[in-house]
Amino acid sequence: MELDPLILSRIQFAFVVCFHAIFPVFTIGLASTIAGFEALHFKTGNPVWLKLSKFWIQVFAVVFGIGVVSGIVMSFQFGTNWSNFSYATANFLGPVLSYEVLTAFFLEASFLGVLLFGRDKVPQGVHLFAAIMVATGTFISSFWILAANSLMQTPDGLEMINGMYVVRSWTDALFTASFGYRFMHMGLASFLTAALVVAGVSAWFILQKRELEANRKALSVSLWFLLILAPAQTIVGDYHGLNTLKHQPTKVAAMEGNWETQTGVPLLLFAIPDQEAQTNHFEIAIPKLASLILTHDWDGEVPGLKEVAVEEQPPVFVVFWSFRIMVGLGLLMIVFALWGLVLRPGGRYHQTPLFLNGLRLMSLSPFIAVLAGWVVTETGRAPWLIYGQMTHAQGLTPSLTGGMALFTLIGYIVVYSLVFSAGIYYLLKVFRGGLEKANAPHEMDEIERPTRPFSAAHAAIDEEV
Amino acid sequence: MEQTFDLTIIWAGLIGFGLMMYVLMDGFDLGQGILFPFAPNEKARDTMMNSVAPIWDGNETWLVLGGAGLLAAFPLVYSVFLPALYIGVFLLLAGLIFRGIAFEFRFKANKSKHLWSWSFAVGSTVASFAQGAVVGAYIQGFETEGFVYSGGALDWLTPFTVITGLGLVAGYALLGSTWLILKTEGELQEWAYKITPRLLGALLAVFVIVSIYTPFIDETVKNRWFENISIIWVLPALVAYCAFVVIRSVQKKQEGMPFVATMGIFLFSYLALIASKWPYIVPPKFTIWDAASAYNSQLFLLLGFLFVIPIILGYTSWTYWVFRGKVKEGGYH
Ligand code: HDD
Ligand code: HEM
Ligand code: HEM
Repeated sequence: MELDPLILSRIQFAFVVCFHAIFPVFTIGLASTIAGFEALHFKTGNPVWLKLSKFWIQVFAVVFGIGVVSGIVMSFQFGTNWSNFSYATANFLGPVLSYEVLTAFFLEASFLGVLLFGRDKVPQGVHLFAAIMVATGTFISSFWILAANSLMQTPDGLEMINGMYVVRSWTDALFTASFGYRFMHMGLASFLTAALVVAGVSAWFILQKRELEANRKALSVSLWFLLILAPAQTIVGDYHGLNTLKHQPTKVAAMEGNWETQTGVPLLLFAIPDQEAQTNHFEIAIPKLASLILTHDWDGEVPGLKEVAVEEQPPVFVVFWSFRIMVGLGLLMIVFALWGLVLRPGGRYHQTPLFLNGLRLMSLSPFIAVLAGWVVTETGRAPWLIYGQMTHAQGLTPSLTGGMALFTLIGYIVVYSLVFSAGIYYLLKVFRGGLEKANAPHEMDEIERPTRPFSAAHAAIDEEV
Repeated sequence: MEQTFDLTIIWAGLIGFGLMMYVLMDGFDLGQGILFPFAPNEKARDTMMNSVAPIWDGNETWLVLGGAGLLAAFPLVYSVFLPALYIGVFLLLAGLIFRGIAFEFRFKANKSKHLWSWSFAVGSTVASFAQGAVVGAYIQGFETEGFVYSGGALDWLTPFTVITGLGLVAGYALLGSTWLILKTEGELQEWAYKITPRLLGALLAVFVIVSIYTPFIDETVKNRWFENISIIWVLPALVAYCAFVVIRSVQKKQEGMPFVATMGIFLFSYLALIASKWPYIVPPKFTIWDAASAYNSQLFLLLGFLFVIPIILGYTSWTYWVFRGKVKEGGYH
């Protein structure tokens, strides 16, 4: 059997980047949440906020640690598997990734130490400042990396000279047509992730009747946030889609499962897209709705997949369903936000077991929605690596063989499963320990090892001998 | 494009500086992992890990900066080295992951502690070996067609690169043992005094092999060293002198000198390597100017470097200052 290095490299890249993405999307939102708890404690002096902050800092430390190690792999993936792409875009991608390290990673690293270990060593105000700086660092990081990604979606400000792009305008290249929408959408996604995880974990603690006062406060705050964020995400997502229609019409056609350019396009609730036959099976549709959403006109014209050659179409099935998963979960989040609002009077939101159990499950939903969203964005761009300019095949490392790619793909899967199941296992232990353990006095000073993420968490990874 | 002065030279200096920073800083903490299985006892292992625990994380960020910086300043290096060393890079990353995670989990573990010790030791050794092999592969040169690597998957793995790989393992172990002399006392320090000369011997043996072999495979290198006997012979002389200082200071039981002199060995042999190969950055064909990125990209990033790097250096020295002095059992106090 002939092993195709292109397919294997794509699977490998998707695997490592999806794995990596799970952690930053959580830490970005959680960093701001912690800064919020710290600020509330600073302002009100209510010890409940301190308790919450101490617990969530422990969770943060573990997630951040895994984010860092998996991120180191990412920065070498471009060169190993996509060397032609790296070489061609180096004049842009190189400085952008370097600036991410310079302005974000070092900043996070510096203030993380103070956030995790400095509570008793620095004044409360300085500690709050450190929390804010870590949160800022995570946003600076997403600024650079999303600018890099947006350039690949909607390239601008570059000129190709002798096989290499040269940057004509740094502002055009950094702030491309899709960047603003992507930054907003991803930022909201991070906040939603933090809100839903905090809500889910607090709900779980409340069901167990643990630390009721603190957990109710956390639940209440996160539900308010959910009420604002979930609808906002839908609106931003809608504008994001309109913008994509303008710049990457084929991607939108794949999201909608729309083969023919036509007017009055129906919104498909269900369908099995069939790329070979260039049509859908088993359609369930609402007439004209897609036209309305995409063009704000019942009879608007929407371009179809057949506008481009079959080889230039993305895998429709994947894009179509990933998009539905993301939007479906987004709508479900709104349902939960409204449900919380209905239960608000009389504090029933923390007394209704069905709602609380639902929230527990919902804490997984943002992770699934984020991955689905990235799959829409990235797979929908196929076969292009740089939209309309360079394909996956052109970007691939020429010397790469199928065997090599398979070797490292299996290698990464094995390494990640081993090491990160330990991480998740440990995280669950921190959750089980709860606020009580995070706030218990401990023999920490015995071995004090600052500036290292995990050391902030006190649970043991396995049982005592 | 208007080029007032040659930024490529400046970038060569900056990347060279960054690499040296990485090698010296991550070197001694990788060394702890290499020495781990041989340590006298479990208590010693705890102390060894503690001695580098607060700083290794920042040290590794230099590697990330090095990768991104290469892509920015010398994209050809990035796009030839990484494909050519594909399997080696994977081993390096896997090693770093196991090692990084071990730092976090070993102290939290009870029953599974020995597993994390192995993960630390094997991860560090594999990562060091892979780095040494990269140096060897650089000396060997790369097969290219146009601006693209055209060799096979395992071309880099030759007896020569195995030797340079082992050489760097010995070298990092030496940095590690002299670091222990500086940072610890009692039994562990005694042990470090004992093993230092042996590690030095191993490292020097590799140097001799490399020095004999390199002129044979590379005409330019041969001419540079043997045609007109020149100033560059000062460098190996300095390496030899530093080695002598290591031995003497170990005999005299000095504490700081062995570490400083070992850093000297690394610095001068690094300079000697650069002197042999300059200005070739992707041997045998490409010089730093062939490999450079566009002037405006170099300039765009240079501004950031000049502004931010001093701040980072300040922070780094502050951390080392906070953790100055001997590590006692159970960590810094
Ligand atoms: C700077 C660029 C960049 C950034 C920030 C991201 N990606 Fe990406 N992605 C690529 C650059 C890229 C790429 C280099 O263009 C890939 C590699 C191979 C490919 O097919 O395109 C790709 C492919 C790719 C694929 C496979 C698509 C396919 O092969 O059909 C998935 C599922 C993702 N990515 C998901 C993500 C996720 C979850 C990200 C969140 C962190 C992410 N991408 C950020
Ligand atoms: C595909 C491209 C990506 C690459 C090459 C990459 C690279 C990296 C690297 C090397 C690190 C570790 C840095 C350290 O040593 O501290 C890291 C961490 C991080 N990355 Fe990524 N990353 C990518 C995608 C993303 C995306 C899409 C986001 C968010 C929008 C993101 C946000 C972060 C954040 C916030 C961190 C800090 C660590 C953490 O929170 O877990 N990254 N990334
Ligand atoms: C409910 C309505 C939503 C709509 C209409 C929507 C719309 C979109 C669209 C059109 C894209 C593709 C943009 C492109 O490729 O150019 C996208 C991507 C994405 N979505 Fe959504 N989305 C919604 C909800 C969500 C939710 C709830 C989350 C996560 C919590 C989420 C996370 C993402 C992510 C991470 C991406 C990829 C990054 C990007 O291109 O912005 N989305 N979304």
